[in-house]
Amino acid sequence: MGTRVLRTEDPKFLTVGGTYVDDLRDERLTGAAWVTYVRSAVAHAKITGIDAEEARRAPGVLAVITGADLPLPPIPPQFGMNPGFAKPWLATDVVRYVGEPVAAVITEQRYQGEDAAELVVVDYDALDPLVDPRQSATDQQLLFPDAGTNIAAAFAIGDVDGDMFDGCEVVVRQDVVNSRVAPAPLEVRGTACAWGDDGRLTIWTSTQNPHAARDAIAASCGVEPAQVHLITPDVGGGFGAKIGTSPEDILVAILAKSLDRPLRWTENRSENMQAMGHGRAQHQKITIGGSRDGKVTAYALEVVQDAGAYPNLGAFLPFFTQMMAPGVYDIPNIAYKSVSVVTNTCHTLAYRGAGRPEATAAIERAIDCFAAEIAMDPADVRRKNFIAKDAFPHMTPTGANYDSGDYAGALDKVLAAAGYDDLRAEQKRRRDSGAQKQLGIGVSAYVEITNGAGPFDELARVEVHPSGDVTVWTGTSPHGQGHATSWAMLASDELGIPVERITVKHGDTDEVATGGGTMGSRSLQAGGVAVHEVAVLTVERAKSVAADLLEAAEGDIQLDKDRGVFHVAGSPDEVKSWPEVAAAAAAKEGTERGLVVEGSFTAQGATFPFGAHLAVVEVDTGTGRVDLTRVVSVDDAGKIVNPIAAEGQRHGGIAQGAAQALLEEMRYDPDGNPVTGNFADYGFITADLLPSFELVDMATPTTINPLGVKGIGESGTIGATPAVQNAVIDAVAHLGIRHIDMPTTSEKVWRAIQEGAAR
Amino acid sequence: MIPAPFAYRRAGSADEALSLLAELGDEAKLLAGGQSLLPLMKLRLATPETLIDVRRIAELSYVREDGDTVAIGALTRHADLHANDVAGRAVPMLAHVAGLVGDPQIRHRGTIGGSCAHADPSADLPTALLAMNASFVLRGPSGERTVPATEFFTGFLETVLEPDEMLVEVRVPKSPGGWAYQKFTRRAIDWATVAVAVQRSDGATGVALANMGATPLRAAAVESALSSGSSAADAAAHADEGTEPGSDVTASAEYRRHLARVLTERALAEASSR
Amino acid sequence: MKVSLTVNGQRREADVEDRTLLIHFLRDQLDLTGANVGCDTTSCGACTVLVDGESVKSCTVLTASADGSDITTIEGLSPAGQLDHPVQKAFREKHGLQCGFCTPGMVMAAISLLEENPHPTEEEVRSGLEGNLCRCTGYHNIVAAVLSAAEAGK
Repeated sequence: MGTRVLRTEDPKFLTVGGTYVDDLRDERLTGAAWVTYVRSAVAHAKITGIDAEEARRAPGVLAVITGADLPLPPIPPQFGMNPGFAKPWLATDVVRYVGEPVAAVITEQRYQGEDAAELVVVDYDALDPLVDPRQSATDQQLLFPDAGTNIAAAFAIGDVDGDMFDGCEVVVRQDVVNSRVAPAPLEVRGTACAWGDDGRLTIWTSTQNPHAARDAIAASCGVEPAQVHLITPDVGGGFGAKIGTSPEDILVAILAKSLDRPLRWTENRSENMQAMGHGRAQHQKITIGGSRDGKVTAYALEVVQDAGAYPNLGAFLPFFTQMMAPGVYDIPNIAYKSVSVVTNTCHTLAYRGAGRPEATAAIERAIDCFAAEIAMDPADVRRKNFIAKDAFPHMTPTGANYDSGDYAGALDKVLAAAGYDDLRAEQKRRRDSGAQKQLGIGVSAYVEITNGAGPFDELARVEVHPSGDVTVWTGTSPHGQGHATSWAMLASDELGIPVERITVKHGDTDEVATGGGTMGSRSLQAGGVAVHEVAVLTVERAKSVAADLLEAAEGDIQLDKDRGVFHVAGSPDEVKSWPEVAAAAAAKEGTERGLVVEGSFTAQGATFPFGAHLAVVEVDTGTGRVDLTRVVSVDDAGKIVNPIAAEGQRHGGIAQGAAQALLEEMRYDPDGNPVTGNFADYGFITADLLPSFELVDMATPTTINPLGVKGIGESGTIGATPAVQNAVIDAVAHLGIRHIDMPTTSEKVWRAIQEGAAR
Repeated sequence: MIPAPFAYRRAGSADEALSLLAELGDEAKLLAGGQSLLPLMKLRLATPETLIDVRRIAELSYVREDGDTVAIGALTRHADLHANDVAGRAVPMLAHVAGLVGDPQIRHRGTIGGSCAHADPSADLPTALLAMNASFVLRGPSGERTVPATEFFTGFLETVLEPDEMLVEVRVPKSPGGWAYQKFTRRAIDWATVAVAVQRSDGATGVALANMGATPLRAAAVESALSSGSSAADAAAHADEGTEPGSDVTASAEYRRHLARVLTERALAEASSR
Repeated sequence: MKVSLTVNGQRREADVEDRTLLIHFLRDQLDLTGANVGCDTTSCGACTVLVDGESVKSCTVLTASADGSDITTIEGLSPAGQLDHPVQKAFREKHGLQCGFCTPGMVMAAISLLEENPHPTEEEVRSGLEGNLCRCTGYHNIVAAVLSAAEAGK
């Protein structure tokens, strides 16, 4: 633990490539037919007719299924939301977003489906599209008469409209948008499945949670979970958007049953952009109050969350926005209010950070606005308000119990690494000389909740084979995070067996009984710790076996990790090796498997990694163009297992966070048509727009688990967006500009400059 | 996504391509690099019945000096044009701009003829060629005709090419004078939000704009201001005159007009400094 | 449409639909599933292979057009599991991949980049990879890998 270990996963990816669901050539899928979905091209309309006649006659078409053919009730929303918002598997009466599935075309060969889908004619009677969530929140136009409201969820603490700001010397208000973005993993969604003669379903799907997906599929197919064998192939990124499974995935299994043939589906990128689900999408009102000396005493955050057409996880995420609203600051008076409302757009779901980036971006904007109002350096304002290093554990007014943190320490490190004073001096030089390219310096300080939603328990099984090799099974489900190497490192630390001899397996529900999968940055603190704990247990069991073999007391047995052998304390030359111990254990159990130990670990609760980011931008005041030139970050996630993997997570997170701040936005026109619905129109961030990142290390352990680890997967994103946005605004702050909404496109910046100049 | 079905034919020479075009009528399209046409076909925004692959016609890939002109075969790939020594010496702006089209993979397939025949108003090479007073050689059943770039582009994705004609050569006056190409994009791979090409030669300056209308446009008001002695800054203020920029996801018309003016000023300054 | 091309050093003959894109020929008919389809607008580069030694987005090339060409895919660089090529080695050493989906295309694009510019600056690497998208790595380690491979080639 803590050493740089090259990934054992990589040789495969770098030679033959991974095996993602679309790559599968498994014999159980021989003869598979293919599904192509017909999707609505309008945002809100009554369906008055579906004519599939010509499509059914097209080459290779086995069937065209519409909602009328499916005896399935609509899917109720989760988290106890109003069942009136249920989503049909295939729309029959009304479509509510562009991309909503209306029919399924099943063909012999895959690309015949694309041809046939074009021939399905759907007649629509247009209804008024409702695209602005603030408009939706008024309930003047109901999208679901059965629900009686457009509000799918609501959260509140305190009274945002009360008198909490009376008595504040300074009060600043700002409307803020946290823009809708597309998760856009490079691998789109896909599923392949086959029902066996034994009535079991074997299904492969691109998911982050094999067991949750299995259970959802089983329930929808009307079978017990044990009847479903879900195998997770390599997954090309998830970022929250592949949590569980989607109706289109499950429908493949349902259709396969009645077709009595293996069935496959892989969406295309346009479908993915329009129908997989989007992230963020909050309209925020921030109010911050305090005194001129920089002390913040009150903060209110009001949120209208765009849930999209059929409320999904995204409608619930403002719960985490509420919990993390005060961020790293010791603010006595906090109030929060949110409504999640339906609109004629695609549903929102979890996307890297899932509710917490929204909280951080809001409070970090608020702090900067407050700093601007009292003309104080934004770093100084932050320092005046941090929760003190010695104040942990710290329970916030919003019910979050921060385990450990050193926020001032993180900020100090980042400012030092960035050369903050020099940057401010350079900025002043350019301002004084009226340079065309102005410098902007943006700072953020954040705390985030990892493993906040659970599941808090995780399974691990360690098998030491008589060969001396080890297999570790885990209930996590990595899709780029490198668990195979990191969990091998954790096992290796305890077993004294080298990483190269340890294989980590995951994703197969027949091989691992339960698992929480990989999301919410839970894997290491639940799954990794489970591997560690079970490895410790394995050594204890091995010592017992070795004691028998060495005819000694168990308490006298030691494991020499360097040599990978057991011996009696004080007699290092008479040893029993791991192979001998494993073989003996196997003989005892009457199997050939070796020494098998299974267990689970239950985390006591969430952990709270934290950090600080500093971004430097150059703004061309002639055009408004923004160049991100530096990002310096501290992302403290407690103790680190594999620094290589941790750095990779931070890099990827920073890039996504910067992307939202700078250019990525999923946009709809007023009629609900997606205008950034493919990779040409959507500003997916590219290598030329990013610098190399400067990572500063800091590791403040937690006592929540024995390894002292927190989650790191989402931290980079949470810290980067506000730092970059604040930097852009800072670059033109001397012109009187106090706020520019993300994404800070060149046109928005140019317009802000014009308005600044006009004042 | 895949194209709708079509028939694939291959032409081994320009004459063979022309006779196929004559035979198949306007439901056939020539396929050169395919980097503009195939993306449209994959989204089924274009559905020609037949594609005539001309990529392999080696005789149409060349860069040659021809007196005061550089003659470029229509099937010259962007990557080859960018790396070509003759082009680099004699028409440096064109060589430079060829290295800006799309991305490296696109530049390994895309051709100058394909790009010009496709006639996207945001395209870099057509814009540069317009500023450089280039002309296009079209070959048809009744022989060849030469059309100046100022007349070649007639509308959005439209040119004077008849259905039975093929663009075979691009002719560019040798242009060793000062030049600049200011391309403003969101990301490097994106089409130009706005781009300005400036080419100085023999006392005159050609200025052309990308993505300020349905075709690449000459900034005529800028050119005439310059020739009547205006400073670069004053001339640049006229950059958006006579243009009709659109508003889209990337930029509003108003912002495009501003960019045209700013980029023209910068391009003129840069061209003067070369 | 009958085609004959060399793929990873082997002559392959096939009968394909006129509209079959090269990426689908490689993946579906030759079972070379390394190169991936990541988009439908020639944007992402996950499908990048070498055609006659140069990087090309195989989703935007007709198999018929590639008749007679010499194709190299990631599978053609070295035997499975063996990292013979300096670019493969560098990607591993620098952790230039996470989920691996963009990786085959990214590696082939990098090989072509270094072929044409053996000693690129960081800026040249970043603009040289403009046609390849990655969601996991933030490009940081990919750039480090390409620079490292260039260094190893000196």
